[in-house]
Amino acid sequence: MGSYVLRRVLQMIPVFFGSTLLIFLMVYSLPGDPIAALFGDKAADPAVVANLRHQYYLDQPVWKQYLHYMGNLFQGDFGTSFTGRSVTDIMADAFPVTIRLALMAFVFELVVGLTLGVVSGLRRGSIPDTLVLVLTLVVISIPVFVLAYIAQTIFATNLGWVTPTVQDSTDLSQLILPAIVLGSLSLAYVARLTRTSIGENLRADYIRTATAKGLPRRTIITRHLLRNSLIPVVTFLGTDLGALMGGAIVTEGIFNVQGIGNVLYRAIRQKEGPTVVGIVTVLVIVYLVASLIVDLLYAVLDPRIRYA
Amino acid sequence: MPAATPRVRWVLAGATSVALVASGCGSSGGGGSSSSDATKTFSYQSSEPQNPLQPANANEVGGGRILQNLFKGLVDYDPSNAKLRMQVADSIDTSDSQTFNVTLKSNWTFHDGTPVKSSNFVNAWNWAATTSNNQLSSSWFSDIAGYKDVHPESGVPTTNKMSGLTVVDDTHFTIKLTTKVSYFEYKLGYIAFSPLPDSFYNDPAAAGQNPVGNGPYQFVSWAHNSQVVTKAYANYQGVDKPKNGGVVFKMYTSAEAAYADLQSNNLDVMDQVPPSALATYKNDLGDRAVDSPQGAIQNIGFPLYQPDWAGADKAKVRQGLSMAIDRDTITKTVLQGSRASASAWVADGVEGYKAGNCGNFCTFNPTMAKQLITEGGGVPGNKLTITYNADGGHKEWVDAVCNSIRQNTGVDCAGDPKVDFKTARAAISGHTVTGAFRTGWVQDYPLNANFLADVYRTGAASNDFGYSSPEFDKLATQADQADSIQASATGYQQAEAVLQQDMPAIPLWYYRTNSGFSTNVQNVTFDSFGNPAWTEVEVKG
Repeated sequence: MGSYVLRRVLQMIPVFFGSTLLIFLMVYSLPGDPIAALFGDKAADPAVVANLRHQYYLDQPVWKQYLHYMGNLFQGDFGTSFTGRSVTDIMADAFPVTIRLALMAFVFELVVGLTLGVVSGLRRGSIPDTLVLVLTLVVISIPVFVLAYIAQTIFATNLGWVTPTVQDSTDLSQLILPAIVLGSLSLAYVARLTRTSIGENLRADYIRTATAKGLPRRTIITRHLLRNSLIPVVTFLGTDLGALMGGAIVTEGIFNVQGIGNVLYRAIRQKEGPTVVGIVTVLVIVYLVASLIVDLLYAVLDPRIRYA
Repeated sequence: MPAATPRVRWVLAGATSVALVASGCGSSGGGGSSSSDATKTFSYQSSEPQNPLQPANANEVGGGRILQNLFKGLVDYDPSNAKLRMQVADSIDTSDSQTFNVTLKSNWTFHDGTPVKSSNFVNAWNWAATTSNNQLSSSWFSDIAGYKDVHPESGVPTTNKMSGLTVVDDTHFTIKLTTKVSYFEYKLGYIAFSPLPDSFYNDPAAAGQNPVGNGPYQFVSWAHNSQVVTKAYANYQGVDKPKNGGVVFKMYTSAEAAYADLQSNNLDVMDQVPPSALATYKNDLGDRAVDSPQGAIQNIGFPLYQPDWAGADKAKVRQGLSMAIDRDTITKTVLQGSRASASAWVADGVEGYKAGNCGNFCTFNPTMAKQLITEGGGVPGNKLTITYNADGGHKEWVDAVCNSIRQNTGVDCAGDPKVDFKTARAAISGHTVTGAFRTGWVQDYPLNANFLADVYRTGAASNDFGYSSPEFDKLATQADQADSIQASATGYQQAEAVLQQDMPAIPLWYYRTNSGFSTNVQNVTFDSFGNPAWTEVEVKG
């Protein structure tokens, strides 16, 4: 077990280098000159442009830029953005907000999605089951921004329960609505996955055995049925956590949440290499760690899976 | 037996607590005048500044707006009529439009209590003009004698002081220019000409995060990506004493979000309603809706540096294309009244604006349009492309203009979207565009020279057309040497008339401010820069 985790952690190192290099090259190949763009509609002053290019190390070939960036990274320096703020500061401001938003969405989709999935999986063809299927289908087929605007209109403009946008991104209670919107799509997938998985396992031999042994229904469902059925769901949830953080951009924009999505969007548009690479690198690490946890959870759920 | 579930512990970095400004949620509607409380602040829709808050480093609205409130230069422009008015300057005298003697009022202070002296202006300008300080607006000082020494074309400056600036005493200094610029006073209202306190130079970078100015509002805090808080400066000496307690600039990433907040009184004044609300905002807001002219123009420019467009007869083609565009219909329908048809290259409301200075060429006339295009030998390849940036909401009107041209002249026309602003700019300023392109001009100062000299003069920094007209240049130079601003404005009107013959760019329409305010505030009016008259806003008690 320990050696397995160590091996997986070691595997992250090449992935980390590869992904940063890829992102770096992608940002580098974006069209336009970020320094000239700072001047907006006005003509750029060549002397100042040359100076700034030198300051941001942009006057070097791309491989040198990458090595320079990596060298700084290992000294804990994520570089500076064009606003003069260090990328570390920017991330320290924005990441907590997005992490909270993503975790709230995650808990929401986990609890509600699993519940709905179990309810409809156990009673296939019943009215609640049909209801869940229809609802999740609707959610899956509506783009997230439509959902967000509908929620904003109903709960803020019409009912006045909340403010239309988040006034303080550090206040958890204000993040509830955006989190529900953000988690709704995944919730639909979780519910459907759980339903299918349970439906399959209900007919499995071990469930019949357990029922024949006269075990109480609750025990059968939680101990036997759910544990086996959760494997595909856990796989989905693991990758979804990263997706929630990276994919919060639309939701963050509509509810004006000052999280990583907004920062990343602006940085990409401004071709701000250090900020983009820094943020995406952290997101990559989140993905890697989440998938490691998922793999370890398999062993917890299914004792037959052993990591030597 | 399964191993213990691995526990994940999320370490949340302590987020900075933001002191929320309580915004009263009274929903008593109506724009009727009621008592106001001069200590209360109001919130304004803004965006995170793209640069540090240094006066000569702001050239986008996010930072520019905030700096305008924190700093005040020698002069500014009256928000009600865009006329020049004295602020820190008591007088600016010149006998030859080349040497200006500035006299300061003696009672102005910075927010740290230190007096505003001549040296604060001279040192600030020298610092901003010097290449090594990387100020984006450094070229604003290029009229001043000695600018080349502190800001050579390339390489390291030989000195950090411009010879044209001389401090006489604490309240007097002189500005000597390299050539005559009769309207130089107008330029002095630009934010880059603000004074800086002596403390600025200890750590300019820190000052950019925590600016000390001399304007009507002083800086309180900047929660990045969230809000910038300012409060009224009690010892402010300007003619525009704040009638409110301060401005809170709330950062929004979308106009839609800001508009939703405005309607629910969580935001007091906004910048521009989103396109989705243009049709309804006047109904939504009633007498709290704002619709006022802006000193900005949208044009279609032509690459006169391309052989296809360089010929003298091609001017006729451009005139024809201009006459083929049904401006009135497009501004009414596609742009939903958010623009007003242009009849000159200078925006309405600007000093020296002359309506109709485009001649007949900005009037919709399909018959004449066809005739002129034929006379000029037709559009190269009988196909016109209009390059624009896809991220600026231009697609709809570009398509409409193309439809107009296609239907009325038979010339094929299509938009050529570039992915974003910087890509489009790179193509336009790099002279790689082969067809027409979207171009625009927002006033730096409300005077017609700004719309003409900076755009159509041979070699002007923003002359993206490669346009060069000896006649225009001659008239512009004459206007520069006039002995009054009035004469200068008239001179530039004559230069503008030259553009009729050459049509380097087709004027389309002028911008308007379509905005609104919440029920918490009153007396909200917008100036021609598209900014509210900040200090005039009253917050209801």
